[in-house]
Amino acid sequence: MKTFIQCSLATAVLAASVSTAQAKTEMVVVSWGGAYTKSQQKAYHEPYMKEHPDVKIINDDSAAEGASKLRAQAEAGKISWDLVDVVPDDAVALCDEGLALEVDVDKLLAPAPDGTPASEDFGDSLVSPCFIPQIVYSTTIGFRTDKVGSTPPTSINDVFDTKKYPGKRALQKNPIGNLEWALMADGVAGKDVYKELETEEGVARAFKKLDTIKKDVIWWTKGAQPGQLLADGEVVMASAYNGRLFSAIVENKQPVGMMWDAQLFELDGWIIPKGAPNLEEVKKYLKFATDTQRLADQAKYISYGPARKSSAALVGKHAELGIDMAPHMPTNPANAKNTLFKDINFWADRKEELAEKFEAWLAKG
Amino acid sequence: MTKSETGDLKTADGISLKLSLQRSLRRKKRNALLLVAPLFLFILITFILPIFYMLMKSVDNSITQEILPTAAPLLLKWDPKSGELPDEEVFKAFIIDGKVAAKEKTINRLGKRLNYEKSGTSSLFRKTGRKLRKLDPEKLTTTYQEALIGMDKKWGKLETWQLLHRESGPYTKSYFLSAVDMKQDVDGVTWKAEDSQIYLNLFKRTLWLSFLITFLTVLLGYPIAYLLATLKTSTSNLLIILVLLPFWTSLLVRTSSWIALLQKEGVINDFLFAIGLISNDGRLAMIHNQTGTVVAMTHILLPFMILPLFSVMKTINPSYVRAARSMGADSFTAFRRVYFPNTIAGIGAGGILVFILSIGYYITPALVGGTQGTLISNFIAYHISGSLNWGLAAALGTLLLLLVVALYILYDKIVGIDNMKLG
Amino acid sequence: MALPLHATTGERIWHYTFLTICVLIFAFLIIPILVIIPLSFNAQPYFTFTPEMVAFDPAGYSTKWYEAFFSDSNWRAAVKNSLIIALFSTIISTFLGTLAALGLSQKDFPFKTAMMGILISPMIVPLIISAAGMFFFYAKINLLGTHIGVILAHAALATPFVVITVTATLTGFDHSLTRAAANLGSSPTNTFFRITVPLITPGVISGALFAFITSFDEVVVVLFVGSVNQRTIPWAMFSGIREEISPTILAVATLLITFSIILLFMVELLRRRNERLRGITPH
Repeated sequence: MKTFIQCSLATAVLAASVSTAQAKTEMVVVSWGGAYTKSQQKAYHEPYMKEHPDVKIINDDSAAEGASKLRAQAEAGKISWDLVDVVPDDAVALCDEGLALEVDVDKLLAPAPDGTPASEDFGDSLVSPCFIPQIVYSTTIGFRTDKVGSTPPTSINDVFDTKKYPGKRALQKNPIGNLEWALMADGVAGKDVYKELETEEGVARAFKKLDTIKKDVIWWTKGAQPGQLLADGEVVMASAYNGRLFSAIVENKQPVGMMWDAQLFELDGWIIPKGAPNLEEVKKYLKFATDTQRLADQAKYISYGPARKSSAALVGKHAELGIDMAPHMPTNPANAKNTLFKDINFWADRKEELAEKFEAWLAKG
Repeated sequence: MTKSETGDLKTADGISLKLSLQRSLRRKKRNALLLVAPLFLFILITFILPIFYMLMKSVDNSITQEILPTAAPLLLKWDPKSGELPDEEVFKAFIIDGKVAAKEKTINRLGKRLNYEKSGTSSLFRKTGRKLRKLDPEKLTTTYQEALIGMDKKWGKLETWQLLHRESGPYTKSYFLSAVDMKQDVDGVTWKAEDSQIYLNLFKRTLWLSFLITFLTVLLGYPIAYLLATLKTSTSNLLIILVLLPFWTSLLVRTSSWIALLQKEGVINDFLFAIGLISNDGRLAMIHNQTGTVVAMTHILLPFMILPLFSVMKTINPSYVRAARSMGADSFTAFRRVYFPNTIAGIGAGGILVFILSIGYYITPALVGGTQGTLISNFIAYHISGSLNWGLAAALGTLLLLLVVALYILYDKIVGIDNMKLG
Repeated sequence: MALPLHATTGERIWHYTFLTICVLIFAFLIIPILVIIPLSFNAQPYFTFTPEMVAFDPAGYSTKWYEAFFSDSNWRAAVKNSLIIALFSTIISTFLGTLAALGLSQKDFPFKTAMMGILISPMIVPLIISAAGMFFFYAKINLLGTHIGVILAHAALATPFVVITVTATLTGFDHSLTRAAANLGSSPTNTFFRITVPLITPGVISGALFAFITSFDEVVVVLFVGSVNQRTIPWAMFSGIREEISPTILAVATLLITFSIILLFMVELLRRRNERLRGITPH
């Protein structure tokens, strides 16, 4: 049947010359779109393509459905992606299912300029044998400076304080982060959050705290939404990726401020799909795109920190605005006073169950 | 045509007329079938087969036997209520199957599959897989049972094996049970804990919102259809453009315009604020909730109500009402007793059409519905691309499909599929 | 709808109330579509009328969102994809749908209702279910993320519209015309092209237009079956609304409204021409 369908239409579609034949190697890189893809384009893709004129990098912005589409491709037995940008928990899951390639970091990636092997330079961020880290970022809270009066919010408790800060809040439609924050606002110390969530009572406690603001929450699903909701005045506060808030505040000069308290610290990186069509090319590309200089370069375009220790010293100024980027990094000491490190193993296990509870809680009205 | 001795009518070439007619009729029938066949095959392959494949996915559980080819059949023979762990034989088969699967890493797929039934199974399998990869089953110094339990204590628990036993067959009902907020354990089928119940309420909400939207389209569509049906043809031809234009306008265009109208700093709120009806802080929340879904969907589906109603009303002879009036009925009575009963078929046709369309809506609720205004479709999409629980997505889809098919049959009974018209 | 001369005061009041209600409902139908047009010329990146716009200050208006649309390679690619996919699925569905309608319109077609039910089912089954089924199945047969996959899916969704419109044309079809032609010695092929084709052409064209708009406007299935290489206009709008909502979307919407007005008039003209041809008085 496959051949029947394909033959009968192949000619027709070819006639329309949908895919123009090219001698170039086309490498499909899947990422999150928007400002983030742009930063990768500037820092990695463009310089790489300049060095390798025979390679054309095609951006596919479907990272949000990355895991699902990759699984569908694997089911079909035909992988069309070469490199996928994923969050660590998806990397763990895809690695578990055998959909991502395990890599030997020291063989694949370049050492630091001083010769430190990659595995050491990346350190703790190597959370799965399939995961090649790129950036560190955090989810934190932004607010409308014109709607919070003279006392802008400074702590995660303020998100749950609807008396002091009336109005809607935008939070991610996802238990991850919200449960942790709810517990912290309920008085649990950051380091004990996951211990508490291990227990039934802890989960119930988190939902109970979320209950107090439930009717004031608008839930977002895509990274660009919170910035939009803040700009439109739909909400007074929103959880958002720090890079998105940076672009709202510094680049677009919106009346938005941000706080770093209880920032949820996360990683992001690459996986190579098992069966990637241009594996050798991808390996060459990765060696280039994850070296110390390239990772530092990305920070010129977006306020996410490099995942390599050796890159930190090289982080410079914003490419267009010329401001120092270091103070806008989640790892900057002034910002990192109260950082919540996301527990990847906890979420790898409990994601489905807690997502189900979360959806049930949302649906209850 | 000649008359034969036996008295049968014959055609010029001597075949009986009856036979010849039959033949020509058969040929006509065959030609008609041949004309329909290409489309039938096309729909079968590109549409019916995919739907059928989805139905299969909602009960498919081949993964267990694929990954544990010897252990799964053995385990099926075990009595989960025996109160004892399975035999050494099962443990041995599990370790041998598991070792192969661990090498190919497929064992984690099974772990993920079973994690839908019980949280923590995923990490149990991951941990066990890691240890199995290092293990040489030939050089065991303990029993297989001890070896496995040594990897994780959970393998010594009855419930782990009961779960595996339950999901060892080639088919499963667990996706359907999940789709109606139920689960199965050793003692049979029970409701899920209340804080994990989602779908029954969601089905209820979907039905209720669809009903509300249908009701609103009748309420708004009836006067318009009545007006169009009773106006002069030239005028109604002009006015019907106002109904057809929304019908032909892209769904996303209409949805984006509702976002522009309804949002906090949108056109309606700005207008109400400008005329002093609301304060700046008192801006109405009309989007990202049920109001948004209901308003936008009523607008989008209204033409589907007006058009069938209009075509029914056009066929009603105005002299009926005039006759009623001349016999002394006031205009309201004439309408209620004579005109309205004649339009019920139209309300039924439009109503079922709008209802069918709205229970399957996805795009508009996803964009303007927030959490309270999302429908069952949104969850099907979520399970396909978000949670990756494809079996559950398929089960929810199957239930929704059954609902629609029932309504489709009802529609056929009331209107007849052959009478469906457009525009 | 004219008010009778002998109407009572109550009837008069009711009559005008009724007309007011109708005007309001028409406003509800049409304003949400029209409101987009001026908003798309907003000089500010907002979804509402700025004070400058209300004051008809030319500074409040701008065509920059149109410029943004025409200069953005992603939008251009979306337009191209939409047109290619809609064109090919229209060709397939019109061809197959017309043939089937010709077959179905034969008297005593066996199991007509059941057959019709199957052929029309893509229109009735909720899109999310079609999309889910196609996603699973097309993944299996390797059509996911291909133009062919999306074209086949859209053709399947569009055929019911062709079948329905062409069948409707054929219901009023006077079969004695073809029989007369046969009596006068015309071959079946000749009859088909000289008699049947001209009579059903308006129906086929409006069916094709329906098919085109179905594919052109479809977003759910393409979201699941397509990949970024099949990104169509509605897909780009959908992710645009969900992500960074900029007035460029309103500019696209305005262009699409213009497009649908053109299509609507074409279909209406064809319908009226068809009715005139067959001597049915327009309603």
